[in-house]
Amino acid sequence: MAIRKYTKLAYTSINDFVYGSCPNPVTCKNGMVIGGGTVYPEINFTLPAMEATSETLPKAKEIYKEIITGVLDKALHLHMPGLVVEFETLPQYTEHPEWGLEIFRILRSTMYEYEEKHGLKSVLRMTPNDLREMNRPPIMRSGAYWESMLKLFTETAREGADFLSIESTGGKEINDEAIVNGDLRTSIFALGCLGARDMKWLWTNISEIAEKTGSAAAGDSACGFANTSMVLAEQGFLPKVYAAVMRAVAAPRALVAIENGAIGPSKDCAYENVYLKAITGTPIALEGKSAACAHFSPIGNIALSLADTWSNESVQQVKLLSGFAPVVSLEQLIYDCRLVNTAAEKGHALLMRDLLAESDCYLDPQAYIMKPDIVFEISEEIIRYEDPFLRTLNTAKKALDILKRAVKNEELTIDEREENWLDMLNEQVEDIPEDEEEFIAEMKEELSGKRYLPEEYGI
Amino acid sequence: MDFQALSAAVQKGKVKEVKSLVNQALEENTPVKDILEDGLIAPMAIVGDNFSANKIFVPEMLMAARAMSAGVKIIEPLFSESGIEPIGTVVIGTVKGDLHDIGKNLVSMMMRGAGLSVYDIGIDVPDERFVEKAEELNADIVALSALLTTTMPAIGDVIREFERRGVRDKYHIMIGGAPVTQAFAEEVHADCYTVNAADAAKHAKEYLIKRKAG
Repeated sequence: MAIRKYTKLAYTSINDFVYGSCPNPVTCKNGMVIGGGTVYPEINFTLPAMEATSETLPKAKEIYKEIITGVLDKALHLHMPGLVVEFETLPQYTEHPEWGLEIFRILRSTMYEYEEKHGLKSVLRMTPNDLREMNRPPIMRSGAYWESMLKLFTETAREGADFLSIESTGGKEINDEAIVNGDLRTSIFALGCLGARDMKWLWTNISEIAEKTGSAAAGDSACGFANTSMVLAEQGFLPKVYAAVMRAVAAPRALVAIENGAIGPSKDCAYENVYLKAITGTPIALEGKSAACAHFSPIGNIALSLADTWSNESVQQVKLLSGFAPVVSLEQLIYDCRLVNTAAEKGHALLMRDLLAESDCYLDPQAYIMKPDIVFEISEEIIRYEDPFLRTLNTAKKALDILKRAVKNEELTIDEREENWLDMLNEQVEDIPEDEEEFIAEMKEELSGKRYLPEEYGI
Repeated sequence: MDFQALSAAVQKGKVKEVKSLVNQALEENTPVKDILEDGLIAPMAIVGDNFSANKIFVPEMLMAARAMSAGVKIIEPLFSESGIEPIGTVVIGTVKGDLHDIGKNLVSMMMRGAGLSVYDIGIDVPDERFVEKAEELNADIVALSALLTTTMPAIGDVIREFERRGVRDKYHIMIGGAPVTQAFAEEVHADCYTVNAADAAKHAKEYLIKRKAG
């Protein structure tokens, strides 16, 4: 598969950079177009507290049937013209792909049934778990876990999955420790060297499956990197400026998936998607205020300003006062989508984008770096380089410069205890050599005895 | 010895300085117990308070914890002759099927900072391993972590394994993790649920001190 190269932004005007549309929309098998002018809700759900075993599989199947019926009924009731359903498996349902496939079939057949009987268009995103980290150190390119993942991707793609996605974990085994230490240097190695290499391997494989089956290789998420940082920052454990920089430096890694065959819509929890959209013009999923059922965030509105599908991240099948949580969640998503779609129909997409962005962006550095003009600035820096490592390193420098400038200009207010961190992080990145081989050699020495196998990344 | 300089070095996470000041204190024949309590544990408590008061972040606390550990390592061989006993021993791990370790690591780090001996047995830990390690170390506390709704039930399995082997009452079992609640703790007969790592360390220390006092 030929590698796509990106050397300029997909947009010539920032005024075209809005939610719901993009230069390279994805047309699904049933005619739904993602990024073609409409923001669709993307609903994800999971089981209530129960074990996922062969014994509980029949019960789990019943629950998934209840969930999918409930959400499709709700979409019909609220006159939604279409929706995306994500089946992100529990680890056990990827480890035993036959279990995952049984649940997939329930979702898929019910969605087909509603389309046939009621004309409700829906598309299914299949997201197996990245099990490779179950081996410690992780085995990335072979073994039973890798085979299980491939099997679930292949079988579900053959049986009608519209989009293939994953939250991949290459480099996470060293990044977990780096995050709690505020060690941006090691995170840059994890994302820009290890993660980027793994993304190339992984997405080449997923794209081949997609090509053979007619599914779309949709995209990835640096959830275990940037979202972990975001959640820890929300809890006051990490500086928000660190989480903001981690978000930006996740973008070059994400771009590798698109370069190697993915076409979007990229995964919902990947807030780094905004840079992908600017660079590649592919559609993106995002989540914000209506994903508070799964996690808190400081980017509830701004995330919607550039979204092409709007997600709830995940919610358990538990009963709330009004009904089951996935149905509640879908209703919230639908009303969010209705509002922004109506604004766009009336010619106010740009105004709506800016209202969504500006209501968040000056309150938190993580929101600030998602401001559309800042997204362009960071994206332009990314495409100045061809190499993922140099892109990652220079994105970190750029993000830090932007945050310092915003604080200095009093556009962005940060806590006093955050201020030192901008300089501390700057010192860390300035210490990284521009030569990747030199950096890898340094990191190999620093990380000797740690939990990763360089050869699993082709290093 | 005036512990001001050592305290400041611990709080700022200056490993080299802490080592040098601890060695200096030993050369000056400062009682080991004083070095430990006033020079190392006390500043770490200040760091913990600063963290609880949102004055610093986890990485800064980790730096301080590493500096404290470097100091403790120097005086540790002298503990028994100085009559110093650890406050207590904790076995901690993430339950079977769950690979998440950041929360568990934070709890471990904070408990160490509170002066407890912590044995981290990792992630995806089988039920019986918790029991075996706790028995082997004659631990005081067993701390169990789970991040997923589907792995949370494994916490109950571990506790049942302690019961099955007739050793449940020997241990104070603490549980935590994003989906875990007080109601769940009661349901699985855990002794304690805490919302975050700082509370977990605080509870563990208070429990051990109270138990020691009888």
